Amino acid sequence: MRAVVSFVTGGLFGLGLLISGMTDTNKVQGWLDVFGDWDPTLAFVMGGAIIPMAIAWRYTIGRKPVLAAAFPTPPEPRIGRNLVIGSVMFGMGWGLAGLCPGPAIASLSYGGIGGLVFLVAMLAGMVLTPGLRAHFDSALPAT
Amino acid sequence: MQYDWIMGLIGGGLIGLAGALFLLVNGRVMGASGIIGGLVDGSGRSDWAERAALIAGLVTVPAIAALAMGGSETNLTGNWVIIIAAGLLVGIGTRLANGCTSGHGVCGISRLSLRGIVATAFYIGAGGLTMVLFKHVLGVI
Repeated sequence: MRAVVSFVTGGLFGLGLLISGMTDTNKVQGWLDVFGDWDPTLAFVMGGAIIPMAIAWRYTIGRKPVLAAAFPTPPEPRIGRNLVIGSVMFGMGWGLAGLCPGPAIASLSYGGIGGLVFLVAMLAGMVLTPGLRAHFDSALPAT
Repeated sequence: MQYDWIMGLIGGGLIGLAGALFLLVNGRVMGASGIIGGLVDGSGRSDWAERAALIAGLVTVPAIAALAMGGSETNLTGNWVIIIAAGLLVGIGTRLANGCTSGHGVCGISRLSLRGIVATAFYIGAGGLTMVLFKHVLGVI
């Protein structure tokens, strides 16, 4: 049953990405290109997504999920080196290609060979990360 | 186009509904990089079926919808060096930071998570600077 809900979640997520134009790299790069022909669409997508999510988070207070034991606990509010370095690296890749992980997966069927190569490179980066993280942490102790 | 913001709002609402469904029923945060990252690096072995089912929905539903709309276009660059470099940066960066646009952006900001807000500020800032450097200064994208 949890898998069925997961499939529906993925489907709604993907449909939302397609309809909103977020699988079109021109719209994403247009949003990031403040000094070019700026495209505000992404702000509306973010706003449209954050409103139902904020209501859902409010609803979790004092309740339990339907098919799980507990809601996820908030992460420690620690702003570490990995959060900052990782987000800067992600932002650079996002700007260069105009794809982030959700749209890269959602556009698999119509993204062509370029989209497939991006996805494979992204997954390779994800496989490499635990080793890189261990390397960083041993070279520079966490602050 | 003049109606793009309406489509953005509707599509964004669907993304938010998806995240709300996953949270309220399965008790989980809908973060694309975490869900697929756990599948490929082995850290999500215990709940692989749930992860794989979400990815299956995320691929098949837009595939059918795009066909019904008469096709869709990602307008991705044809420069292979940029495609591969960007893919590696997105893969490593999102796993190092433990989240991307959906996890830190949509799910984090909506619960007023400081980590989500800081991560989003850094990836949007870095994306904006990347556009300045690689598009306006170097002219390669």
